[in-house]
Amino acid sequence: MACLVSTCAKLAFVFGGINPTTLSLQATPAKQHALRFPFPCSSIIRCSESMARGARTNVLSLVKAMQTQEALPKGLKPELMPNHIAIISDGNRRWSNEKGFKSQLGHRNGARVMKEIVFLCCNWGIKVVSFFAFSTENWARPKEQVDALMCLFEDVIQTDLQEFMGYNVRISFIGDKSKLPKSLQEVMATVEDSTRGNMGLHLMIAINYSGRYDIMQASRSITSKVKDGFLQVEDINETLFEKELETNCAQFPNPDLLIRTSGEQRISNFYLWQLAYTEVFFSVKKFPDFEEEDFIEALISFQKRERRYGGNKY
Amino acid sequence: MENKIESYARSSVGSLVNHMRRLLFRVLSTGPIPNHIAFILDGNRRYAKKQNLGEGMGHRAGFVTLMSLMKYCYELGVKYVTVYAFSIDNFKRRPEEVQSLMDLMLEKIEGLLKEESIVNQYGVRVYFVGNLKLLNAPVRDAAEKVMKATANNNKSILLICVAYTSTDEITHAAQEAIDEKWGEIQESSKASIAQNGEISQEKHEGNRTIKVADIERHIYMGVAPDPDILVRTSGETRLSNFLLWQTSTCLLYSPKALWPEIGLRHLVWAVLNFQRVHPYLEKRRKQV
Repeated sequence: MACLVSTCAKLAFVFGGINPTTLSLQATPAKQHALRFPFPCSSIIRCSESMARGARTNVLSLVKAMQTQEALPKGLKPELMPNHIAIISDGNRRWSNEKGFKSQLGHRNGARVMKEIVFLCCNWGIKVVSFFAFSTENWARPKEQVDALMCLFEDVIQTDLQEFMGYNVRISFIGDKSKLPKSLQEVMATVEDSTRGNMGLHLMIAINYSGRYDIMQASRSITSKVKDGFLQVEDINETLFEKELETNCAQFPNPDLLIRTSGEQRISNFYLWQLAYTEVFFSVKKFPDFEEEDFIEALISFQKRERRYGGNKY
Repeated sequence: MENKIESYARSSVGSLVNHMRRLLFRVLSTGPIPNHIAFILDGNRRYAKKQNLGEGMGHRAGFVTLMSLMKYCYELGVKYVTVYAFSIDNFKRRPEEVQSLMDLMLEKIEGLLKEESIVNQYGVRVYFVGNLKLLNAPVRDAAEKVMKATANNNKSILLICVAYTSTDEITHAAQEAIDEKWGEIQESSKASIAQNGEISQEKHEGNRTIKVADIERHIYMGVAPDPDILVRTSGETRLSNFLLWQTSTCLLYSPKALWPEIGLRHLVWAVLNFQRVHPYLEKRRKQV
């Protein structure tokens, strides 16, 4: 009997319960990923009971609850971990060129590295991670490249990002969505809506975004409020302005650490206002080559910094 | 006699060094020279501690370095030099330190008016950029005096950011732009109603939109183009609320040297790195 219960429970974990409408089993890659983690017996019995009640259980939330958070790698102190890490994922095209591939392969490898970083952030207790996927200035690239990128975004959001849902990741997209293809906008809206209530890592992906765009849209929003009588011009201050920026959707809107790969030392119109006190780390590796040890190196560098915010120290 | 020989030797060596520097700048000038370099003068207090100097002496040493760097920049052909002299955040420091910095600033600002100062030597126009109302009256008055006295200089520009943060600058610019835009909307609505008896909705919407040019017209740093290089000394790599709007495509360079230790070689290295990325950045600017 115990054997039967445990077999049913394992099937439940893999296939995520029974669809009450069709009585069919549903498998997803994310749930297969969950099989990597151990299942204590008491948890298996709890899962069988919830399945028997006929409720559709969020299997991966149970897995996440059972799973112990990974200890931090050697050299990292938990009390000094940044709340928000921003990443300029530079070097995908140069990586492809060096290897004689088309640029699309570089971007696809970049998406793989992005996923790996997100899983590391989930495991290490980072609250917010944001990626600069597409700048307002990137429209100047050849049309073929831009179209390929838009297709890649749609593909990654529809399939790869589904894996994050099981990790209670909330996904937000910042940037001017109105200029993006309609199909991509729909996919983005669906993912944002379905993850809005998640309380784990907040993943922000900047598509058709720039720091100046964000400041301008905040200015326009404030102008509308003044015009409509909700605000006086004299009420405009830094706190109000910051609330109008698109990053305000995050609990920690301003990055503590910005990582830029590929060795280039500039901000390239990513966050501007938000980077006022951010520590910047430049990695010489191109983004598809950026590995866990490089991420740890950036975090160790961050933890050594003294953040004075213009005040007293010496 | 010995003093004369020593003095002669010193002036000969000095002259030789000057010639070699000018030759080096000629070689560098075969490539593009940055039009605007901005400096975050970080590390003065650590320098004072390192050298066992008294309170405030690190900043005095930093001022001497600033004069040297300005000289090198203007000789190289850099037209705009911006320095982050005092942040609004620095008011959080100990009151004695803040007062000491204000006193030093007053002394050095008044020094800029002297005949032999670098400002007159190189025809530098000086701007004080920031929320100057936060400064005490003597410093503010001295700053106004220098800006007025150098208004006709046109060879080079020095922008001294005092009582400045970028977020304050952007908020102020947005506030001014919105105030101006709101005034325009109200006036054009009244004029339109008076003439036609109604407002054209499309025109109304178009006039209502704040544009980048509106913000840039009111930004404190609007008197200068965006920097090509931002140098922050002491090895810290952060912007500390300096020129956030203006450094979107700027090369960031953070040598480990403390500000009073920075020298010609750091400037040369920054310019060489600028020359390396300049073709790519120019191409991107033209595309955008």
